[in-house]
Amino acid sequence: MLEFEKFVEAVKQLILKAHTEIPEDVEKALRGAYEIEESEIARRNLEIILENLEIAKKNRVPICQDTGLPIFFVEIGRDFELDFDIKKAISVAVKEMTPKILRPNAVHPITRVNSGDNTGVGVPIVNCEIVDGHRLRIVYLPKGAGSENVSALRMLLPMEVKKIKNFVVEVVANAMGLPCPPIVVGLGIGGSFDLSTKLAKKALLRRLDSMNEFELEILSAVNDLGIGPMGLGGKTTALAVLSEIAHCHTASLPVAVNIQCWANRRAEVIL
Amino acid sequence: MLGESKSGGDIVRSPVGEEILDLKVGDIVYVGGEIMTARDKAHARAVEMMEKGLELPFSFNRSIVYHCGPIIQGDKVISAGPTTSDRMSPYIPRIMERVDFFVMIGKGGVSNEAVKAMKGKAIYLAFTGGAGAFAASRIKKVKGVFWEDLGMAEAVWVFEVENFGPCVVAIDSRGKNLYEDVRRRLMDKLKR
Repeated sequence: MLEFEKFVEAVKQLILKAHTEIPEDVEKALRGAYEIEESEIARRNLEIILENLEIAKKNRVPICQDTGLPIFFVEIGRDFELDFDIKKAISVAVKEMTPKILRPNAVHPITRVNSGDNTGVGVPIVNCEIVDGHRLRIVYLPKGAGSENVSALRMLLPMEVKKIKNFVVEVVANAMGLPCPPIVVGLGIGGSFDLSTKLAKKALLRRLDSMNEFELEILSAVNDLGIGPMGLGGKTTALAVLSEIAHCHTASLPVAVNIQCWANRRAEVIL
Repeated sequence: MLGESKSGGDIVRSPVGEEILDLKVGDIVYVGGEIMTARDKAHARAVEMMEKGLELPFSFNRSIVYHCGPIIQGDKVISAGPTTSDRMSPYIPRIMERVDFFVMIGKGGVSNEAVKAMKGKAIYLAFTGGAGAFAASRIKKVKGVFWEDLGMAEAVWVFEVENFGPCVVAIDSRGKNLYEDVRRRLMDKLKR
């Protein structure tokens, strides 16, 4: 049986890793962007981004000071045994990492009073799913506000499938440089009003080099906008467009666009 | 004050004066000396106090304000990249009424109304968003803090920096705005 302390320690290590080491596929995409950019300003920004990754890794300090709102995806194998509350254990780990690595970001939505430890009503956000097997998989996706703030949901008409691409382009165009491009676009198509947004977020967990033709086509349209690194112009507005789908009602087509900054921090552990 | 940096490009230093008016969009500069952080809550409180005629514990005049909510551990800055400046846009015209010269460092730019208010006295420097570890490596010292009651991210921290940059002059004192150029080209493309 998994012990509480061991679990908390594993989550703490997960948090440290996500904030100090960017996934290799993301770093590779950023290097790729640097190769194709021509303007001095775009290249300088990418140079700083790449050097920043090295400094963060070497000094074990957060890549970005916006360590985000803590979001977890937990898959629990149906044969996995544990005797404690996973959400509570994750909260303990998050609290212990604040402000060691995590900036206190969680505030009450109305009073705006900061809880001081990144926990609060509904936070950390923990999505649990029961799956086959005897493993426990925890994925951590800290989400910064700059990119979250420009995300959007639209209930398209059922016959507007062709407009999905336009909607993504519109959201990215409105966002301009605010979400720290080059961005990653998480696209949730179908499901219900709420499920589409969940799918969009889940899409951000995918590797950037796993795009299909549909996603590549949207990526190309987004990059034609010329927003570029940090919104100062260039060829790389987005590194990837990643989508997830679910069946939806015959009378509806929910489409959610969750924007992620270039610092596509994520890490996972299997226990 | 402007000087020459080791890595090429002018150094912008506080107290800032007329020299910043010579900088043009696209120029690459570095920042040295004293800067202070301010984001949403600090802007709101400062503007409210100024408009009531109350004295601030610090001065915006001729200062360099960094839109940033850092992570501080003890007396060390561990990560301190810029935050989205546009959220500060509503306060900028009101600050501009009360300063002679002013420099902002941030990311993503500010509203057209803010750009208009900045004419003849202020510039906006873009620093790479998300580069928190890099930025922290250019901060030499925490010189002080005001309004800590606002929380770590929202307090006003005074930093001593060296070779902070490269920053791009994204909005100059003539009202030229690199973000607006990008937007205009984008709108043309979307129309086609």
